[in-house]
Amino acid sequence: MKDKSGRGSNNGATPYDFGGEWTPSELEIARRLARKKKNQRSALIAALSSFLVLGTLVLVIVTSPGWETLRNTFFKWAYGVEVLPKIILGFGTNAMLTVIAGTSVALIGLAIALLRTSRSPALTPFRFLATVYVDVFRGIPMLLVILLVGFGIPALQIKGLTNNVLVLGTIAVIITYSAYVAEVIRSGILTVHPSQRAAARSLGLSNAQTLRHVVMPQAIKRVTPPLLNDLVALIKDTGLVSILGVTDAVRAAQIQTAKTFNYTPYVMAAIIFLLVTIPLTRFTDRMLRNSLEKQNAQGQA
Amino acid sequence: MSTPVLRLEKVRKSFGKEIVLEDITFTVPEHTATVFIGASGSGKSTLLRCVNLLDQIDDGQILLDGSDISAAEVNPDEVRKKLGMVFQSFNLFPHMTVLENIILAPTKVQGVSKEVAIEEAKDLLAKFGLKDKAQQYPDRLSGGQQQRVAIIRSLARHPRLLLLDEVTSALDPVLVNEVLSTVKDLKEEGMTMVLATHEMGFAKQVADEVCYLQNGRILEWGTPQQILENPQLDDTKEFLRRVHDAGRL
Repeated sequence: MKDKSGRGSNNGATPYDFGGEWTPSELEIARRLARKKKNQRSALIAALSSFLVLGTLVLVIVTSPGWETLRNTFFKWAYGVEVLPKIILGFGTNAMLTVIAGTSVALIGLAIALLRTSRSPALTPFRFLATVYVDVFRGIPMLLVILLVGFGIPALQIKGLTNNVLVLGTIAVIITYSAYVAEVIRSGILTVHPSQRAAARSLGLSNAQTLRHVVMPQAIKRVTPPLLNDLVALIKDTGLVSILGVTDAVRAAQIQTAKTFNYTPYVMAAIIFLLVTIPLTRFTDRMLRNSLEKQNAQGQA
Repeated sequence: MSTPVLRLEKVRKSFGKEIVLEDITFTVPEHTATVFIGASGSGKSTLLRCVNLLDQIDDGQILLDGSDISAAEVNPDEVRKKLGMVFQSFNLFPHMTVLENIILAPTKVQGVSKEVAIEEAKDLLAKFGLKDKAQQYPDRLSGGQQQRVAIIRSLARHPRLLLLDEVTSALDPVLVNEVLSTVKDLKEEGMTMVLATHEMGFAKQVADEVCYLQNGRILEWGTPQQILENPQLDDTKEFLRRVHDAGRL
């Protein structure tokens, strides 16, 4: 037993090795038994209530008069499996778009955040432009930006400018998300306490060195959970470029639905998105919880 | 007589309409410690921040080794290379280990090679009894240990002058002593220092000169014996009586 609890006994020097010596008192044993009983009762109640509520829900849905039609329209699995390869192929576009846009957004967002938090007088006009940019593109629907860029730029008929809707759609997504991400990173920079800057500067570090070695590492760590949140949103929003005629998962599903007037392809596309976004959301939640716990622990120390 | 390390002449500082420092004049010769005492809000911290150029003065002059560091064309980064500053709230970098905290400025600012900087940091840590903490992150250390690391971080840059801003105010009485004995060691080694403190007993032990600051003015100054045991002004007496009642003398 003692060998397995490697934590306390590996070097034998720790003063907190209680292994083996201590046996719980009568009082503690009784208390544990009572707690266990209480937990068992709680679990039983939870199971019973879940069964009742969910069971009733399923029963109501399945026995309702429209159920057959509903199932045939949205959940015709055989048809769903048949169109699945085409939708997965379409989702490849969404995935690629997410990777390319995500990388660009991270870089551009970081640059804008640094620009907006800098105090260098030479950068004043750029700071002004960055502020306008963020205000504008955070304030208009992304769909509008996609339409403006995707249909507007080809309408200019400028030579050398691409008419590829996939490229234009990606650019539109990058433009919009960079504005969001810049603000998230900027808020992270602002949450680093001024005393950290003061300490770095009084050690003789220049402004740029302070940013690079002291402010940014702390800021990025803090905004990683919200940035992951934005990544989830980005994955979903890549579906919006389908409006330009890009054959992504949404568009592929739409094409199939238009043929048969059966909506199962849409549901299949939704499921594919969920398979990616739900694990990522869970991961983000856990990370956020961990970082909050760490922050609180630091506050107590 | 040689040039003093630090000289302030008629320094004035205000935040908006509030005057924080007025007519501040004093001299810190080499190897001496000047201690500022006074109530919270009397301007002690602002004074140190002004010397470090973290705050800009409104009038007067600050001379470091005889050269005017309050001149408009002075690069603060160059001045700060000669100064060490230790804060009340430690301000260690939480994302770096103790060792990384200490070698940051020597390697990035002063161009010391990493090997040399690490070697020296380890020597300093050993000297101040923190040898086994090199790889720890600051939040795993006690307040007293954190403050000693902060002092070491300043020392690693070989400052001409060390500014200590109420370095024990955030610590409990037991931890206060370990930090104070560190500062006493530095004094004995000949470090030139300016301190702001609430610890009168400590002021008595390290100070060559004590200045009583009230509402941004130096009201009374002299040797520790003069100021702490035989103050002339009623204001100083009143302040010391209140400190005494609070059990800090």
